[in-house]
Amino acid sequence: MTNRRQFLAGSTQLAMLAGFPGLTLAQEAADARLVLVILRGGMDGLAAAIPYGEPRYRGVRGSLAVDSPGQTNGLLKLDGLFGLHPSLKTMHEFYQAGDLAVVHAVATPYRERSHFDGQNVLENGSDAPGGSRDGWLNRAVGSSAGTYGAIALSQNIPLVLRGDASVTSWAPSRLREADDDTLARLAELYAQDPHLAGRLEEALEARAIAGEMGGRGNARAGGAQGQLGPVIRAAGRFLSAPDGPRIAVLDTGGWDTHANQGAGQGILASRLGGLDAGLAALKQELGRYWQNTVVVVASEFGRTVAVNGTRGTDHGTAGCAFIAGGAVRGGRVFADWPGLAERDLYEGRDLKPTTDMRAVFKGVLIEHLGADSAQLSREVFPASASIAPLEGLIDA
Amino acid sequence: MVTVQAAIAANRFGLGARPGELAEIGADHEGWLLAQLGSDTNAAADESQGSAEILRESQRLQRVSREARRNDSEELGEAAQQAYRSFIRSQYQAQVTRRYELATVTAAPFRERLVHFWTNHFAVSADKQAVTPLAGIFEDEAIRPHVTGRFVDMLMAVEQHPTMILYLDNQASMGPNSRAARAADKRGRDLGLNENLAREILELHTLGVDGGYSQEDVTTFAKVLTGWSVGGGQGRDTDSTTGEFFFRSSSHEPGAKTILDNRYREDGVAEGEAVLADLAMHPATANFLAQKLARHFVADEPPRELVDGLARAYLDHDGELNTVYEALVSAHVAWVEPLAKYKTPQDFLVSTYRAFNQQPDNPERMFGFLGLLGQRPYTPGSPAGWPDTMVHWDGGDALLKRIEWAAIAGRQISDRARPVELGEAILGPVFDDHTRTAVSRAESAAQGLTLLLASPEFQRR
Repeated sequence: MTNRRQFLAGSTQLAMLAGFPGLTLAQEAADARLVLVILRGGMDGLAAAIPYGEPRYRGVRGSLAVDSPGQTNGLLKLDGLFGLHPSLKTMHEFYQAGDLAVVHAVATPYRERSHFDGQNVLENGSDAPGGSRDGWLNRAVGSSAGTYGAIALSQNIPLVLRGDASVTSWAPSRLREADDDTLARLAELYAQDPHLAGRLEEALEARAIAGEMGGRGNARAGGAQGQLGPVIRAAGRFLSAPDGPRIAVLDTGGWDTHANQGAGQGILASRLGGLDAGLAALKQELGRYWQNTVVVVASEFGRTVAVNGTRGTDHGTAGCAFIAGGAVRGGRVFADWPGLAERDLYEGRDLKPTTDMRAVFKGVLIEHLGADSAQLSREVFPASASIAPLEGLIDA
Repeated sequence: MVTVQAAIAANRFGLGARPGELAEIGADHEGWLLAQLGSDTNAAADESQGSAEILRESQRLQRVSREARRNDSEELGEAAQQAYRSFIRSQYQAQVTRRYELATVTAAPFRERLVHFWTNHFAVSADKQAVTPLAGIFEDEAIRPHVTGRFVDMLMAVEQHPTMILYLDNQASMGPNSRAARAADKRGRDLGLNENLAREILELHTLGVDGGYSQEDVTTFAKVLTGWSVGGGQGRDTDSTTGEFFFRSSSHEPGAKTILDNRYREDGVAEGEAVLADLAMHPATANFLAQKLARHFVADEPPRELVDGLARAYLDHDGELNTVYEALVSAHVAWVEPLAKYKTPQDFLVSTYRAFNQQPDNPERMFGFLGLLGQRPYTPGSPAGWPDTMVHWDGGDALLKRIEWAAIAGRQISDRARPVELGEAILGPVFDDHTRTAVSRAESAAQGLTLLLASPEFQRR
C-alpha cells in the first residue's frame, strides 16, 4: 500500500511545487485575477442600474420605479442619468472609489428570449446557441496570453469554462473524505477511463489547495438558488492562494422575476442585496489581491421595459453588466444610451442593445489579462472581428 | 448465463440492477422492458392527500398568518408563519421519501424511469415556495397516469395542473381587453398579461426552441391562456373550487387568435385546449420529444436515424407513447454500447440502494447528499429541468463527492455484502476484469464496495 500512498502524496506535492495545472503566466499579467459571476434567469438591468434621469423612466416603470436619490430606499446616484438600486450599497461605494464601472444597454448577440439559449450564447462566445461546443473563457485560458489555472465554484463546470484547457471545480462539502489509499486505488482503476481519471486528478489538486486554506468549508453548496456568500468567499480564498487558480467562475439564480419583483424592496431587491454582500465578501477575502482583480457580473439578457400584468417583467433583450475590482478604472457608466421612448425600444418592448457583451469581455481579457485582440476575434469569440473591444475599463 | 443486454436493460433502461434482477431478465431483455408498459404497478398509494387539499391547507395557513399579523401581533404571526413553513416542508419530505422508496424497490424500473423523464420534461421547481408542497403530487397526478398513454393527455393534465400554473405565474395573467382588466383599469390598477407559461410550453414542453414560433406567437398564446388559473385565491370566484384548476372567464382575452398560422375562434377554455392538441401533434414536437428520449436513454448525441425513427413512430400513431418506447427498445443501437451514458447524481444514488437491496433508511441524508451533488429532488431551479448529458454532471468535485458517498455506503453494508460477487450480480458481463481485480485486491470489504460503486461501470450505464 505504501507505494500507492507515496504516489498520492507525491502527486499532491508536485502540484504544489509546480503551481496550479498549466500555470505559465505572461509576466505583465502574472498577478491578474478574474472572477466571472453569471446571474442566471435574466437580471432586470433597468432595476439594477436605473436611468432615473430619463424623463420617461417613472412612466414606463410604473409600480416598479424606485424612489429618487435622497429618499428612504431611494436609488444611489451615479451621475445625472444613472443610479444604482438601493440594495447595491457596497457597489455604490466601489463606484465612488473608482472600483466599479457599469456597462448599460449591453446584450449578447442573441435576439430571442429563451433563458437556456441565451445563457448558451453568453457562455459559448459565438453569436448563436450551439455556435460553439465549449466556453469562451476556457478558450481564453488556453490562449497565447498564457494559461491561467481556472476553477468553477460549483460541483460541475458551467459551459463558459468547458473545453480543452484543464479546469477544476470545487464546492463546499460536509462529507467525510474517502481515505487517501482508496483515492489512490481509484486513480489506478480509472486508468481505463481517462475522462474520469482527469476529473479525479483535478479534484484532488483543488482539494489540496482547499486544505491549505484552513480546512474544508462547512457551508451548504451554492448552486442555482443558493446563497452567493459562502461560494464567493471560497473563490476569494482560492484566488489568494499562492499556487491557486487565477480565474474563478460562479453562478447564481433567482433573477427571473416574472411576478411581484418589487421596487426598492422585494424579491429582486433581496437578490441584488445578496450580490452586493457577495462582492463585499469577495473584496474582504482577497485582501491585497483585490487591487489585481476584475469581477465581471453578467446575465443572459435583460427584461421588458414595461411592467407585465403580474407586477413583474418578462424576458427582454439589453440589460446592464458590472465590472468591479481594484484593477478597474471605475466610477464610470459606459452606455450609448438608446432611450426609453417606445420607438427607441427593441421590438417595441425591450431596452435596445447598443453594446455587444463580447466587446466587454474582450476589453477585460485584453487590458487585464494581456490577451491578443486578433486571437480573441478568431478563436475565443469566433468571427467577431467587427466587435471592437470596449476600451478603458482597466487601470493602465 | 447473464447477457450484456440484460445488464443494459437493468442499468441503462432501468434504475440499476438489484441482486437477482439480471437473472430474472434472462434472455428476453426487450420483453422484460415492454412488460412494464402494461398495467401500472408503481401507482402511488391513494392514502396521500391530493393537490387541491394540500393547496387549500397551505392557503389557509398563509391566511391565518396574515390575519394574525394584521389583528394580533407580530409574534403570533411569526408562529403561524412557522406552522405554514413546517407544513410545506413536511409535505415535500413525505413526497420525496415516497418517490425514492418506490424507485429503490420497484420491479418496474423502466416505467419509473419514464415517469422521472416526463416529470423532468415538464419540470417544476420546489425551490419556489408555492411549488414546495406540490411537486411530488404533481408527478403523481399529472405525469404518472399518462406515462404510457397519449402525449396530448399528459400535456393537457400538466398545463391545467395548479402546480404548473402557479410555477409559471399564469394564475393572475389577464387579457388586456378582458372584463377583469378593464375593471382593474377603472380602479387605476394596471394588470395584464404574463407570458411565462405560454413561452415555456412552446419552448420546453412542445415545439422546442427551434420549433419555428415567433415572439408574436408567444404573446398570442399567452392571451389564449389568460383565465387558466387556480380556484380560490382571495375569496372571489364563487363558482370555483379552491385549489383546483379554474378557468376564470373574466380574465380571458376575447376574440379569435392566430398561432403558427392556425386561427382559433374564441372558445373560452376550449380555445387553449385546441392549441395544445395541435401543438402535441406538430412535427417539431415529435422531433423534440424523440431527441430528448433518445438522449436520455441511448447517448448524449443520439444517432439521427434513431431520433427520426422515434419521431415517425410518434406521428404515425397519434402520439401514443408506448409505440415510441417500443421503437426505442427495439432499436439495435440502444444495445451495443454498454457504457454510453453517465448516471445523474440521482440515478447514481438510487442504483446504490438497489445494488444493496435496501431502501433509504435515512431519507434526510440521501436528500442532503443529492443537494451536495447539485440535484436536490424536484429542484432543477428552472423550467428546463435537469440537464441530461455528461458534461453537466462530471465536474471533478462532483466525482469526488460520489466517491465519498460510495465510501460511506461501502462502510455501512460491508458486513453483509461480498464485493466481487455483488459486482457480478449487478453488472454481469459488463463488470470489467480490471475493475474486478481492483475490487478483489481491496484491503477490506468496505473498500472493495467503494471501488465497485465508484468504478466506471457503475458510474456509467
